[in-house]
Amino acid sequence: MKEAEHATVQKDYAGAKLGMWLFLYTEILLFGGLFVLYSVYLQRYPREFAAAAADLNIVLGAVNTVILLTGSLLVAISITALRRGSVRLAQWMLWGSVLTGIVFLINKYIEWSAEISHGIYPGSPILDQKENGEIIFFGLYYITLGLHGLHVLIGAVLLAFMAVYVATGSVHRDDFIKLENTGLYWHLVDLVWIFIFPLYYLLL
Amino acid sequence: MAANDSTTIDRGFLAPTGNGLFGWIFSTDHKRIGLLYMYAVLTFFIVGAALGVTIRLELMAPGETIVSAQTYNALFTLHGVIMVFLFIIPGVPGIFGNLFLPLHLGANDVAFPRLNLLSWWLYIIGACMALGSLFSGGGPPDTGWTFYVPFSVQTTTNVSLAAFAVFVLGFSSILTGLNFITTVHRLRAPGVTWGRVTLFVWSLYATAWVQLLATPILAITVSLVVLERILGAGLFDPSKGGDPIMFQHLFWIYSHPAVYIMVLPGMGIISEIIPAFARKPIFGYWAVAFSSLGIAAAGSLVWGHHMFVSGMSDMAILVFSLLTFIVAIPSAVKVFNWVATLYKGSISLEPPMLYALSFIFLFSLGGLTGLILGSAATDVHVHDTHFVVGHFHYVMFGGTGFAFFGAMHYWFPKIFGRMYNKKIATIAWALMFAGFNILYFSMKILGLRGMPRRYYDYLPEYADLNMIATIGSWILAAGLVLMFVNIIRGSRSGLLAGDNPWGSLTLEWTLSSPPPAENFPDDLVVDRGPYDYDARDYKAQEG
Repeated sequence: MKEAEHATVQKDYAGAKLGMWLFLYTEILLFGGLFVLYSVYLQRYPREFAAAAADLNIVLGAVNTVILLTGSLLVAISITALRRGSVRLAQWMLWGSVLTGIVFLINKYIEWSAEISHGIYPGSPILDQKENGEIIFFGLYYITLGLHGLHVLIGAVLLAFMAVYVATGSVHRDDFIKLENTGLYWHLVDLVWIFIFPLYYLLL
Repeated sequence: MAANDSTTIDRGFLAPTGNGLFGWIFSTDHKRIGLLYMYAVLTFFIVGAALGVTIRLELMAPGETIVSAQTYNALFTLHGVIMVFLFIIPGVPGIFGNLFLPLHLGANDVAFPRLNLLSWWLYIIGACMALGSLFSGGGPPDTGWTFYVPFSVQTTTNVSLAAFAVFVLGFSSILTGLNFITTVHRLRAPGVTWGRVTLFVWSLYATAWVQLLATPILAITVSLVVLERILGAGLFDPSKGGDPIMFQHLFWIYSHPAVYIMVLPGMGIISEIIPAFARKPIFGYWAVAFSSLGIAAAGSLVWGHHMFVSGMSDMAILVFSLLTFIVAIPSAVKVFNWVATLYKGSISLEPPMLYALSFIFLFSLGGLTGLILGSAATDVHVHDTHFVVGHFHYVMFGGTGFAFFGAMHYWFPKIFGRMYNKKIATIAWALMFAGFNILYFSMKILGLRGMPRRYYDYLPEYADLNMIATIGSWILAAGLVLMFVNIIRGSRSGLLAGDNPWGSLTLEWTLSSPPPAENFPDDLVVDRGPYDYDARDYKAQEG
C-alpha cells in the first residue's frame, strides 16, 4: 500500500499535543452543556436541589475523589519515570492507575446500587412521587455521573493499552507522546470530577 | 474510477495502487479521503434533493396530492437531516478542505492522517444510521431536523437512532476541525506565513474553530433527547419540572453557529474564485481573512434569535437582536471586498465565476432577509412561515450550495486532469439560477402572505405561488441533473485540462493535474502570496 509513504509523516510532538488539547476542550464543552443545565435548574429549584443532594453519600464521593487524584498522580509519575528510563516503574505506575479507575467504578457501582435499591433512578415510581426539582436533580445526577463514569472506563482502557505499549517498547523514552496524551485525558477525567464532586455532594 | 483509460495522462494520486477498493477506503492520503467524501456527500445530496422535489410535488396543490400527512412529516425531516448533517456541514470541509487545505499550505498531508480517515468512516457510519432510521424502529422520524422537545420525546417514530446518528456525525465534524486547526498551525511550508495563507484556508480555519467549540454542545443535547426517551429523566419535560425552552437554547447554541460552519467555507471558495477570474489581487486580504474570524465569533453569540417567540425576556430579545445585526458587518465586509476586487478587473465569465457571482447575489438576498428575521418586531410576523424557509435556502443553498458547485467547477480540472464541457456547464448554471429564484423567492412571498412552514395543506389563496414554486423546483432539478451528467462525463472523457487552465496562482496549481501522490518536493519554499496577480506576467495555459 502507499500507506507507507504517508505513515512516514514526521513525529510532530507539538502538533500531537495541540490536537489533544483541542480535543480535551471539546470534552469540557460536552460536560459544559450539563453544567449549564445544572446551574439553570439550581437557580430554579434551590430548595429541592438541597433536599435531594442530602440523600447522596458524601463518604463514597470523597473516597472516589481521593482515588481519582491518586490515579492522576500515578500517571504523572509514570511519564516522568519513562522519560528517566525506568521502564519497569513506568509500567507499574500505569497498571496502578488502571486499578484506580477500576476501584472508582466499583465504588460507583456500590453507590448507585444503594440508591437504585431505594427506588431512586430516572423514571422510577418512587422518584416520580417527589417534587419536580428533586426529579431533575437525580436526572442530572445520573446522566452527568454516568457520562463521567463512561469517561473513566475509556481512560482506564487507554491506560491499559499504554501499559502494554510501554512493556512492548513501542512507547519509550524518546517517543512517549501517546502516553502523555493519555495522561492528559486521565487528568481531564479527574478534573471534571473535581467539579462534579462539590456541585453534587458538597455545595448543597 | 480506475476502470478508465490511464494511457493519456499521468493519473497522479488517482492511479491504482494495486489494492483496489481497499486502496481507497483505507487510504490516509488526504486527496483520496477528499474524493471519498465527494462520492459519499454527492450521493446523499442527490437523495436529499429528490426528497425536496417530492415535498414540492406534495405542495403543488392544496390537499393531499401524492403522499399522506405522516409521510410528508418524514419527508421534510429526512430532507433537513440529510441536507444539513450529510451535505452542507461536511461538504466543503470534507471534500475541498481535505483535497486542498494541505495543498494550499504546501504540506504533504493533514496533521493526523489516520484521524482523518476515521472522520470519514464516522461520517459513513453516521450516514448509514440516519438512513437506517427510515427503515427500522417505529418508522421514519417526523420531528423536523431540529428534534424539538417535547414532541421528539413523545413520538413513537425512530428519533433515537436519528439523534444518535447526529451525535456520530458531530464527532466526525469535531475531528475534522481539530485536524485542520493543527494542520494550519503546524504544517505550513517554509515561506507560507499567516499573510500568505489563502483565504480558503482562513475560512476553513475559522470554521474549524466553530466546529470544535459548538459541536460538543449539540452532542450532549441530542444525547439528552435519546436519554429522555429511554430513561425519562425529565430534564426537558415540564411535568417533571424540566424546561423545553432549555432544549431550544442548547440546540441553537450549536445549530446557529453551524450556519456559519456551513457558509464560511463557501465564502472561502468565493474568495479564491473571484481574484482568479478577475485577474486581480483580492481587495483587502486581511479584512477578508479577519472577517471570517469575526463571523465565527459573532455568529456564536446569536442563537437566541431563534427563540424570539418562544418566551424570552425583552432584554434578551434586544441583545440577541443586536448581536444578530452585528454579524452582518463582517459578512458585508466580505461582499464589498469581492465587489471591489471585481472593480476594473479583467473578468472572464467561466463557469466557476458564474457560480461565484450568483453566490454574491443569492447570499446577499439571503443575508438581507436574515435581518428581517433578526429584528424581533418583523420576526414575530414571519416566524415559522415559508419566508424563513425561503431565507435559509437562499443562504444555505444559494450561498453554500452555489459556492460548492463553483468549487466543483473551479477545482475539477485539478482533481481529474480533465475539463467538463463549459457550454453545458453554463446552461446548467443558468437553469439552476433561474429555477432557484423561482422556487425560493415564491416561498418568501408566500411566507410574507402568511403561509406557515412544515404544513401539509394550505388555503386556496396560496395555490398559485405554490404551483410556481413547484415548477421552479423542476427547473432547478433539471439544471442539477444536467450539471451532474456534465461533471461525470467530463471526469471520464473530458478534454485534458493541463496543470493550470485558469491561470491561478495558489499553490495547488503548481502541481500536475491530477496532483501526484506525494504533493510537494521536500525543499519547497514559498516566496510569494497567493493572489499576486499583478506581480507577474502570467499567461493562462488553455487546456
